[in-house]
Amino acid sequence: MADTTVGIPTVSVTVNGVLRRGTPEPRKTLADFLRDDCELTGTHLGCEHGVCGACTIFMDGEAVRSCLVFAVQAEGADITTIEGLSAPDGTLSVVQKAMNEAHGLQCGFCTPGFVVSITALLRDNPDPSDEEIRQGLSGNLCRCTGYQGIIKAVKIAAGQSVDANGKAH
Amino acid sequence: MKPAPFQYHAANSAADAAQLLGDLGDDAKLISGGQSLAPMLAMRLVRFDHLVDISRVADLRGIDRNNGTLIVQAATPDVLVERSDVVVASVPLLTKVTPLIGHFQIRNRGTIGGSIAHADPAAEYPAVAVALGAQMECLSVRGTRMIDAADYFVGIWSTSMESDELLKAIHFPVWSGRVGFGVAEFARRHGDFAIAGAVAAVELDSGNVISRCSIAMFGVSGQPERALSAESHLLGSSVGEISPEEVGRLAIADVESPSDDANMPATYRMSVAASTVATAWTNALTEAHHG
Repeated sequence: MADTTVGIPTVSVTVNGVLRRGTPEPRKTLADFLRDDCELTGTHLGCEHGVCGACTIFMDGEAVRSCLVFAVQAEGADITTIEGLSAPDGTLSVVQKAMNEAHGLQCGFCTPGFVVSITALLRDNPDPSDEEIRQGLSGNLCRCTGYQGIIKAVKIAAGQSVDANGKAH
Repeated sequence: MKPAPFQYHAANSAADAAQLLGDLGDDAKLISGGQSLAPMLAMRLVRFDHLVDISRVADLRGIDRNNGTLIVQAATPDVLVERSDVVVASVPLLTKVTPLIGHFQIRNRGTIGGSIAHADPAAEYPAVAVALGAQMECLSVRGTRMIDAADYFVGIWSTSMESDELLKAIHFPVWSGRVGFGVAEFARRHGDFAIAGAVAAVELDSGNVISRCSIAMFGVSGQPERALSAESHLLGSSVGEISPEEVGRLAIADVESPSDDANMPATYRMSVAASTVATAWTNALTEAHHG
C-alpha cells in the first residue's frame, strides 16, 4: 500500500470568496474537504459515486459533482457552495425562494444540489422549456417530492407563469 | 464509498505525465476529469498506488482544425466540445453525441480523452472515433505513435495502449461535401448508460448515390462495433434503395458476441440496436439531403 504521508500537497482554494488552505489526504474528495476541513456542511453526500447529485457545487463557474473531484485536484479553483448562493444577510436567492414557494423540498437532503444545478441551468438557459427543465434536473435525484414541485420551482425562478398544477402558460 | 489511499502526482505537461507513467509503472493511473475513474475508485472496483493528474495540464486541452483533420487534445472537457464552433463546423457528429453523455454536471468535468481511453462499451465518443476512423495520438517516454480507432478498442475498459502510454490527442477526419450525421441511443433515463446506440455518417454524390458511409454501434458488445457489411451494401446504392430497417438488420448481423445478461438479453439488446441504427441512419440521410 502506498505511503500516503509522503508528499501530501498543500491545497489552496477559494470557497465562497474566502481563501482556504489545507493538506487533505489525496484520496479525500472535494466534498469531504468542504464539509470536514472548511466546515461547510451544506454540501450533502448521498451516493458518493456521482449518481445522486446532492454534492453539486460550482467549480470555476461550472456545476460539478464534488464527490468526483479529489480536493488536491481543486488547487487554485474558485468554489461556490450552497452557503455562497444566498446573500450575506441570509436573504434567499431567487431559486431558493422559488423552491420554498413551490414546495420543492420535503426532507431537504437533495436540495443543496438541486439549487446549485437549477442556478446553473437558468444562468445558461434563462427561459427553459419543460423538456429542457426535465433534462436539466436529470442529474439530481429526489426521493421525496416526485419532482413536480421542483419543476414548478424552476418555472417560478425563470419568471414563467404557473398554474396550480405547475403547468406553464 | 471512500477510495483506498494513493499517492498524488500533478503533471505539469504532457511530457511530464508520460515521464511519471514511465517511472511509476503499472501501479500508476492517469486521472483527468475523473467522472468514470473516481466512482470506480470509490467503489474500490479498482485501486492504484499512484494517480497522475492531467486535469490542469494546459497542453492537453484545446481544439484545432488542421486542414482535413480536427485535433482535440485529450483532457478537453466535454462541455467545451459541446459548445465549440470549430467542432460543429468540422465534426458535427461530436456536437450531436455530447449532450447524450451523462448529465451537464458530468460533462463540465469529464473529458473526451478520458471517455475514449476508459473505453466503456456504452460510451458515445469511442463509437464516433470508430465510425469516422479517428487516429489516437499516444505518448510515452519511448515517443509518439498513432493508433487507428479500429485497432484501439479491444474490449470492456481495454485499449491497445501500453500502461506507460497516455492518450494525448484524438485526430478526427473532417468529412466535407454533401454529408450528414446522425445519432440515436436508448437508455431507461436521460444520462444513463445506453442499452444500445448507434452513430451514422453519410456522403451523397450529386445524383443521390451513397458515395461514402459509416455506421458504428455502442453498448452492444465489449467495444464499439462498426457495421461493415451494412456499409458495403449501402455504398453505391441510391438513397431509399435500402430501407433504414434493413440497414439495422444488416448492422446487427455483424455483431459476433452481443452482450447478454439477465436484465438485458442479447435478443432484446440487438433489436434495440437495430432500431437505433435505423434512426441514426435516417437522421444522417436527412441531414445530407437538406444540409
